[in-house]
Amino acid sequence: MTDTANLDLSGAGTQHIIHPLYVRITHWINALAMLVMIGSGWQIYNASPLFPFTFPRSALGGWLAGGLLWHFAAMWVLTVNALVYLTVGLASRRFGKLLPIRPGDVARDLGAAFSGRLDRDVAHYNAVQKLVYVAILLTGVVIVISGFAIWKPVQLRELTLLFGGYDAARYVHFFAMAVIVLFLIVHVIMALLVPKSLRAMIRGH
Amino acid sequence: MERKNPRVDAALLIKDAAKLLPSLARRLFLRNTASLGALVLLTGCDIVDGPTSERALRKVSEFNDWIQARLFNPNRLADTYPESAITRPFRFNAYYDESEAPDVDEDAYRLALDGLIGNKQPWTLDQLYALPQETQITRLICVEGWSAIGKWTGAPLRDFLRRVGADLTAKYVHFVCAEGYSASIDMPTALHPQTQMTFKFDGEVLPTKFGFPMRIRMPVKLGFKNPKHVVGLAVLNNYTGGYWEDRGYNWFSGL
Repeated sequence: MTDTANLDLSGAGTQHIIHPLYVRITHWINALAMLVMIGSGWQIYNASPLFPFTFPRSALGGWLAGGLLWHFAAMWVLTVNALVYLTVGLASRRFGKLLPIRPGDVARDLGAAFSGRLDRDVAHYNAVQKLVYVAILLTGVVIVISGFAIWKPVQLRELTLLFGGYDAARYVHFFAMAVIVLFLIVHVIMALLVPKSLRAMIRGH
Repeated sequence: MERKNPRVDAALLIKDAAKLLPSLARRLFLRNTASLGALVLLTGCDIVDGPTSERALRKVSEFNDWIQARLFNPNRLADTYPESAITRPFRFNAYYDESEAPDVDEDAYRLALDGLIGNKQPWTLDQLYALPQETQITRLICVEGWSAIGKWTGAPLRDFLRRVGADLTAKYVHFVCAEGYSASIDMPTALHPQTQMTFKFDGEVLPTKFGFPMRIRMPVKLGFKNPKHVVGLAVLNNYTGGYWEDRGYNWFSGL
């Protein structure tokens, strides 16, 4: 573990950088903001559940007002951070790494993954990873936009209508959260199974 | 729990509200659940739900007030719906039980006016009923998340404020209610065309549970900003918060 002692956060190391500095910073800010949003979102959900279940009462905030305060504070961190990530990502054409996604490749890599023959090169995404990362980025866009639609159904009326109205937007917001939580579970398991991927997201390579 | 005759109380309540406000707003509002409270005691850590985060969250909430005021378009109307879309039965919601809703004596009722208003003569219910009225079928959205469509009839608040010579450049309109509830709103929302002094619900005289004799209905704000059983109205330049606002709900709470 001696190499983890000198974290190269500057990205100026001699080794090939897998994740540039802006990706690593926005990734961890996003991780924190996302956890706060999910925890406080569960608290808000509990005040008027969409389904016959509630989340643990210990969800962030303690009660509805606390949950709302956390949610409407972390949303700025989440949104501004996401805008930085998307802007730099688009400008630097980094998102090109995620395309193209061919159905044949996805089927092949999925088969390879389950038979343990998948290439573990963390510098390159396989087709399944590409598909999942594109899907989660789009889900991120949907959860933010549906959130604004619920927050401002009068001032941002057109946005709310896009989701089929106020009540429908709540369901969209909920299901987007469910997708993100599922992703989060798989994502963390994969990171633990392939520690060098976690290392790359900390020191860049 | 009958609470009667708001006449004298209203004026006093408004005075109290205007006086007490800043200190009221300083109160802590992040309530810990038992388990979280125990955790805080055990670890000595108050970062998640303690006074430190509370101060920071309050600041962000004030920032959210500011940004919502800028986002507010005074000419943008909330959607209106056909009769067929009305939610029946309409949900009762308050911080007290339906049986505890205050019984306001309609003969003794006077709407007290205070603050930056030219003519502070109190208004009887008959005088209020004589104002030109409009009907709206709009969606009430609760801070809890649920929503319901209802039909409200009454006088636009902005017409009333002009009629009594209110200072329309003042910052706030504060409402005092028979049961002790209070709420305050920004002047642009008070002057919004759909902000209404409501006397009827679904074509009938406003029932007790929905705020007899008068509710302030504003489809551009969350439900808790729509006070029921209103007995006093003040036009002010100082921030007065409100029942739920003092307990942590965002003050502007615009839709």
